[in-house]
Amino acid sequence: MTRPLLVIENLSLRRNGHDILHGVNLSVNPGQVHVLLGLNGSGKSSLAYVIMGCEGYTPDSGRIVFDGRDLAGLSITDRARLGITLAWQEPARYEGLPSEKYIGVGVREKEKEHERVAAALEAVALPPRVYGVRAADRTLSGGERKRVELAAVYAMRPRLAILDEPDSGIDVLTLGDIQRLIRRLADEGSAVLLITHREELTTTADVASLMCFGSILWTAEPGEARRHYAARCRLHVERLGAQPWDADQPEVRAALASNGIGAGREEA
Amino acid sequence: MTVETHALGRSPAWANEMAAMLGAYREAGGNPDALQLPDVATLVVSANEVLAAHEIPGVHLEAQPLEHGVRAHLVVEPGARIEQAVHLCFGVIPAEGLQEIIAEYDIGAGAQVQFLAHCSFPNAVKVQHIMQANIHVGKGASLTYTEAHYHGPTGGIEVRPHAEVNVADGGRFVTTFSLTHGRVGLMDLDYAVSVGADALAELTTKAYGTGDDKITVHEVMRLNGRGARGLTKTRVAVRDEAMSQVYTTAEGNAPGARGHMSCTEIVRGRAEARNTPLVIVRNDQAQVTHEAAIGTVNRKELESLLARGLDEDEAVDLIIRGMLG
Repeated sequence: MTRPLLVIENLSLRRNGHDILHGVNLSVNPGQVHVLLGLNGSGKSSLAYVIMGCEGYTPDSGRIVFDGRDLAGLSITDRARLGITLAWQEPARYEGLPSEKYIGVGVREKEKEHERVAAALEAVALPPRVYGVRAADRTLSGGERKRVELAAVYAMRPRLAILDEPDSGIDVLTLGDIQRLIRRLADEGSAVLLITHREELTTTADVASLMCFGSILWTAEPGEARRHYAARCRLHVERLGAQPWDADQPEVRAALASNGIGAGREEA
Repeated sequence: MTVETHALGRSPAWANEMAAMLGAYREAGGNPDALQLPDVATLVVSANEVLAAHEIPGVHLEAQPLEHGVRAHLVVEPGARIEQAVHLCFGVIPAEGLQEIIAEYDIGAGAQVQFLAHCSFPNAVKVQHIMQANIHVGKGASLTYTEAHYHGPTGGIEVRPHAEVNVADGGRFVTTFSLTHGRVGLMDLDYAVSVGADALAELTTKAYGTGDDKITVHEVMRLNGRGARGLTKTRVAVRDEAMSQVYTTAEGNAPGARGHMSCTEIVRGRAEARNTPLVIVRNDQAQVTHEAAIGTVNRKELESLLARGLDEDEAVDLIIRGMLG
């Protein structure tokens, strides 16, 4: 049996007096594309920031284990050097910084940087000669900047790539390129935690989890998760209100049972 | 370094001085080979010595030595389209010295030209460089003026680039001043630009202060003509105990005038940065906007680089180097 690369156990996060994540359990295997599917505001991005160790996203309880190592107390840099990286949903803009330099930052084997950067730009369908020298700043469109972000992740060859809504702001024609890149990452050995609210992307995945109100409701093979996505999440939101994870409340249990839904099947 | 073009009949002392200046020019980011091309207008001044003044059709360069510098008159004929950038090289090679450049730039109506100026003071321990320029950009003319400095590692230098610029109707003036390599020392930049009808002016200033460097930027943009457009873009980073003060003023004085001031100052360590924008609008159809970000680097920019494995210092340096490009 494959040992999971990433294991998240009973993770909870409160920010500004609000429960953002509650009792999250999740695991991702090496070379696996695990899609995290959820509506806006369900806590998907917050989970990504917690895994990456971003400022203000230290969990209140639970733990994250990466390749057998507890990540508690490790900086973003430490986590990146272990092989974790994140492609932001709205990537930062860097005034004057050439895209090729930005993409090359994560390439450890500096002698291969040029080759890797060019290959990464090609992988996201951006001609290297044109886009390599363009700054990763406001002069790029939203879609172009996102593709540069994905190229940077691909060039890094991470062990775990967290991709936060790589499809948002991407046109239909480019979406196929993004899906191919995700598959390519996995085929070349990276595990991918793919965050999205679009069920189409589950076709790229090996496993899918549904997330709602800060909890993982369901983990299953992608087709099954896709079939339950809309119905389960909508009911969850409507019935459970502000305390969706408190499945011990009798009214919550009743609401779920009346719709044929359990309290959520956490990943084994 | 070989000194070939324009060297015939020159003394060995001249050749040595020229070679030193070309080396300094390279350190400032210039390409010394370009200074020796016959179709490139060139002015090379070491302290108060004019080492080369090479004219080409459409470009006239006159330079007379002063006690501590030179007085120069640079003329681009009306309608001239100058393909190759005019190269200017100023510098002081010894550790101590004063260089005062008093320059008149006259860009004739309809002319198009680019100037590349490199100012190098690689050994400066106690050097003063003063530039007092009057620049006239004629009607419909276009001048792009790029000035890069290299100051060596000690910080023993004062630079005071001052310019009064007049951009006539339909003209275009784009300038970039950068002092991002070596120590700044003391920098006091003072530019005032008057912009005519349907004319454009863009002023970009970049500086990176370390140690106890002091950076002062005064920029005044007067949008006097109908439809005049102006942009000031100031990018400064300071660390250690360096200090920067940026004073930008934009005046919207005519209908349709549009101005924008953008200032970013990144502060590290015990450094200090100040920004004082002043917006004056004297016409109800003019508009001037201002944006400023002073302080630490943007958290998201930083975290994105950390997530690729850089440490914080490396990430901040990359952000600053990009910004100061």
